[in-house]
Amino acid sequence: MASTDAAALIASHGLRFRYGASAAADLHFPDFELPRGAHLLLRGASGSGKSTLLALMAGLLTPTAGRLAMDGVEVGALAPAARDAWRGAHLGFMPQRLHLSASLSVRDNLALPYVAAGLKPDDARITALLAELGIAPLLDRRPHALSQGQAQRVALARALLRAPRFVLADEPTANLDDEACDATLALLRRVATEHGASLVIASHDARIEAVWSEWPALQRLRLTRMGSAAMPLPTSCATP
Amino acid sequence: MSRSPLNLPRLAWRYLWARPMLTALNLMLLSLGLAAIGFVVLVSEQLEQGLRRDLGGIDLVAGAKGSPMQILLAGVFHLDQSTGNIPLATVSQLKAQPLVAQAVPISLGDSFRGHRIVGTTADYLALYQLELAQGRRWTGPMQAVLGAEVARQSGLKPGDRFHGTHGLAGGGEEHEHPYEVTGVLAPTGGVVDRLVLTDLASVWEAHAAHGHAAKSARESKGRGHDDHASDRDHASDRDHASDRAEDHDHATDHEHEHEHEHEHEHDREHTGAHADAALEVSMVLVRYRSPLAAVMLPRWVNAQAGLQASVPALETARLLSMVGVGVDVLRGFGGVLLLAAALSVLVALLHAVRERQGDLAMLRMLGATPARVAGLIALEALMLASLATLLALGLAHGFAAVLGAVLAQQQSVRISGAWVSAWEALVPALALGLALIAAAWPAWRGYRLDVTELLQTPR
Repeated sequence: MASTDAAALIASHGLRFRYGASAAADLHFPDFELPRGAHLLLRGASGSGKSTLLALMAGLLTPTAGRLAMDGVEVGALAPAARDAWRGAHLGFMPQRLHLSASLSVRDNLALPYVAAGLKPDDARITALLAELGIAPLLDRRPHALSQGQAQRVALARALLRAPRFVLADEPTANLDDEACDATLALLRRVATEHGASLVIASHDARIEAVWSEWPALQRLRLTRMGSAAMPLPTSCATP
Repeated sequence: MSRSPLNLPRLAWRYLWARPMLTALNLMLLSLGLAAIGFVVLVSEQLEQGLRRDLGGIDLVAGAKGSPMQILLAGVFHLDQSTGNIPLATVSQLKAQPLVAQAVPISLGDSFRGHRIVGTTADYLALYQLELAQGRRWTGPMQAVLGAEVARQSGLKPGDRFHGTHGLAGGGEEHEHPYEVTGVLAPTGGVVDRLVLTDLASVWEAHAAHGHAAKSARESKGRGHDDHASDRDHASDRDHASDRAEDHDHATDHEHEHEHEHEHEHDREHTGAHADAALEVSMVLVRYRSPLAAVMLPRWVNAQAGLQASVPALETARLLSMVGVGVDVLRGFGGVLLLAAALSVLVALLHAVRERQGDLAMLRMLGATPARVAGLIALEALMLASLATLLALGLAHGFAAVLGAVLAQQQSVRISGAWVSAWEALVPALALGLALIAAAWPAWRGYRLDVTELLQTPR
């Protein structure tokens, strides 16, 4: 692993990913480096590759070309099982639809990060985190008995349980009114900072940029659809 | 909900019962199919074992002309009426055959509270290797040894007296002359447990006192007659025959008290030789001395006027093939149920994988390997199979116990719910095999799950 990669929290160089054999689905990503302690906001229209970049970061997809190092680790180069293990240990994930299991109580939903990795659930940590997020009394409820805000906090707790280096959030403010959007962003920022995790937020919601315009640690990366490999690499990498 | 920490099996369990109705339906289908198979295994094995035990090494049964199957059912399994009577002389004729190792006469027709009273000789005890649990064997007429089950049900013990009833079913006329219990047999698990054994002469005496007489073999041509029902037709012979019978009994009685037991046989043959013209028995149980007898003896018996040979080996094979149709039907029914259950489990799991695609993808996102996700789905099927196995074994034994209770009321074949067969291992093997087959495709779908779906903007 190159030392320059290790110095940056996320380093991407010549990263490409192609879905199938179609040239039209060949995505080129801009080179960028995210310093430690910084957070990343991925902007871009639908189809610009935000989700693909998140999947590459999570090791769910492997690059067709180039390299992407997460905290010094080229996740795509790991063996499949090691990729899964790395993802479980270092990456928290907030999907847009939260994906809490309707069949399980809050307690069991929060045990899933441990079960997924074959670990014994850390009840003390679960309880502490729920208390911190102000949802301790909800432990035995089912997800359908939670408000949107409560469910979001449970999902956030699930993302943070194993003390990840990164928290990936996919469209965290979609379908939220302005008030809820502000609250969500405030919560994400506070919790990520307190837990020493870097946020990677993929969104096309313009409100995020507006709300966080004053946050110096936030870096912005705008993705544009570049089409074929013959086109020059994008240079729209955000500056701090 | 339990407070024990979640792990993969518990997660599978929660998912299994997340759709309780569907799971219950699949469990029922699977259990019933398996129970049908288990039940067939339990019953057919007990049936065969029971038949074998009750045959007790009997190679041939000679009875009055009629159905060989009926002779076997009446003479060995005590399930049917005898085909009629044959002359006592037949016993000595059979014993005279060099191919015959043992020929034991039995006389049927009376019962005690639904248990058949079998008049026979001490040879019967040897034939079935019967042992006495209490008391001693009979030494004269109107003395009886009770089968273990008879003693248990009646509460009779040596020294007690009871009255026999005319006819094989309960509710017949009671004979005046009481039997004295001299002993109780150790339990065998076979039909003997439900019999009352007595001396041949007792049956003669009981009917003599009651006004019956034996009839000659030549006259007994009817099939399926109650032995004594036909006796009544020959009331004119009655006095003469009963005189003879009583004479005979006095003679044997006398000698029994002083002589050794095995001399009894000679005695019987001896007296039989004199009195055989009128004295009759229902059947003779024969054991061969050599395999050659299997060829010669049935032919010889059938050549005698009024005699019919029944070869248990052939008849039980016929019986089992008749029962076998039912067994096959039940087994086929179980198979169809199992197939339906397997398909239902497959559909349920496929549905579950699709329904829980988000959950499963999230599990992958949280660090689970594809194998772990596939394992979760397989575990769900295996848990269902394990539950179904337990239920099915319980049901199979329950059904066997119910059948056993019904058959016991009819004084028929003994089937126990407690019988355990090595073949029951078939039930978990089938269940797990079917579960794995049903889970294979859904598990593969889980294995190949596209986790990036989680990252797509919902439509």
